[in-house]
Amino acid sequence: MGLKKLFTAQAAIKWGIPLIILILVGVFPVFHSTYYQTLITFALMYMTLSVAWTIFSGTTGYISLASAAFYGIGIYASALFGEKMPFFLVILIGGAASFIFAFIIGAITLRLRGIFFSMFTFGLVLLAYQVLIWYELTIKNIRGYFVVIQSDNAIFYYLLGLFIITIIVSYVLKRSKYGLALSSIGENENASEHIGVNVTLVKILTFSLSAVFMGAAGAIMATKLSYIDPNIAFDPMISFSPALMATFGGMGNIYGPVIGSVIFYFIQDRLQTGPLQNYYKLIFGAVLVGTIMYMPSGIVGLIQKLQKRISGAKSAPITG
Amino acid sequence: MHLLQGEKVTVAFGGLTAVSEVDFHVDKGEILGLIGPNGAGKTTLFNLISAAIPVKSGKITFKDTNITGKKPYQVTRLGIARTFQTVKIFGNLSVLDNVRLAALFGDPKRPSASQATKDAMELLEFVGLQKDPNSPARDLTLANQKRLEMARALAAKPELLLLDELMAGLNHTEVAEAMDDIRQVRDRGITIIMIEHVMKAIMSICDRIVVLNYGKKIAEGTPQEIANSKTVIEVYLGEECITGS
Repeated sequence: MGLKKLFTAQAAIKWGIPLIILILVGVFPVFHSTYYQTLITFALMYMTLSVAWTIFSGTTGYISLASAAFYGIGIYASALFGEKMPFFLVILIGGAASFIFAFIIGAITLRLRGIFFSMFTFGLVLLAYQVLIWYELTIKNIRGYFVVIQSDNAIFYYLLGLFIITIIVSYVLKRSKYGLALSSIGENENASEHIGVNVTLVKILTFSLSAVFMGAAGAIMATKLSYIDPNIAFDPMISFSPALMATFGGMGNIYGPVIGSVIFYFIQDRLQTGPLQNYYKLIFGAVLVGTIMYMPSGIVGLIQKLQKRISGAKSAPITG
Repeated sequence: MHLLQGEKVTVAFGGLTAVSEVDFHVDKGEILGLIGPNGAGKTTLFNLISAAIPVKSGKITFKDTNITGKKPYQVTRLGIARTFQTVKIFGNLSVLDNVRLAALFGDPKRPSASQATKDAMELLEFVGLQKDPNSPARDLTLANQKRLEMARALAAKPELLLLDELMAGLNHTEVAEAMDDIRQVRDRGITIIMIEHVMKAIMSICDRIVVLNYGKKIAEGTPQEIANSKTVIEVYLGEECITGS
């Protein structure tokens, strides 16, 4: 009886609190504070990127730095198709284009392991950037594009919707047998292959799936800017941020990347606008080094460790 | 028809021929022992059969299907499962998930999630690990990790099981238990090829033994024949032992 009560209370916390927060965020634009709405919009964007990034990199341990490339593709999709098509379709195109791009890239690069994979994916961002710069300057002769802008509320709600879908997909995938297979790849890829997992296919498809959400996020966020060019679309920080935020929050649990992005983004915002703006990157770096050295499983990992110490459990629960 | 047959199987790493023109076969229901000094190419031969590395020349057939050039996961689904010389369990996954994964992906019949869990629990019971199925696999002792690896391999419903030094690092009692496990696996109708350095185990449970040295097959026969073979004793103990006695 007591155990059952505890379980339901835990379930209420697990599902109830996020739901309440989500509803609060959802009704936020009604109260209309442009500054905070923009703040939350960006937070949602980072949350989507981090959760999407964790779908592949968090479980398999392949640290992808290609996020900016997928995000940039979404932005360009928005710039190219924004005038001709409804917003919803443009977002789908952004996601689909990123999927295809990621699929091709994945097929070529996912035999690389460790740091080589990370370096290649980051090189990809720079390559896309250079190719577009070259194209725009020498062939098109005009740098950048104008983007059809959307209302702040439209952007806000589309992002919120995208974020919810990303969370749901990430959760369902994690609970499915493919989620288990992804973890096994992260643990020991060779063994995974020998128990019957088609490792290459699982890796490529998941990598591409995570790119869909990044591309869609790019397509939405592009409409917040009236003008885009490769400099804006392929910002390397977009590659690093999701990786850092997810690490900061902890990747063993679905809340990790969400909590990590929120805290990280607000710290970033405070630092960039406050009197410390000149030291922003310095502090940013120190926080990151501290995270990796002292709490490698992130904030969520730290909380779980504390919980364990309080309850005196024999071994840490396996997150799932 | 043999269950598994290799014809002139060869592989080289750079200038070193690790396995050179080895012919071998195993019949259904048999326990085949694979022995030889360190570096003889035993594990390499396992890697070739399980498709971890591609064969350079020669041919391996399993149930009349040519499996050379296949991917490891395809070979597993065809019915060849293996364990590793150094255990490769998924340490941060639960004991149950380790086995469940193999049931979900390796079993060609593609069982449902609940069926896979049931199969996995049954196998954990078989190897004696049913007590704490939800604890992380890394917490197990070495002997139990090896048992887990065997359960995981069995979850793929193999017809042929490759055991790479199952008994290395185990104490006397554990070796005896492992031997018992192997016999029970055979009684389930699964054919076994095992690499082993524990001679007592090899001699008592194998039906037939193949001896490798420097990548070549130097002897083959029943345990009795191998124990008395001059070449084998030479390889293991050196030439002087025989001439000097």
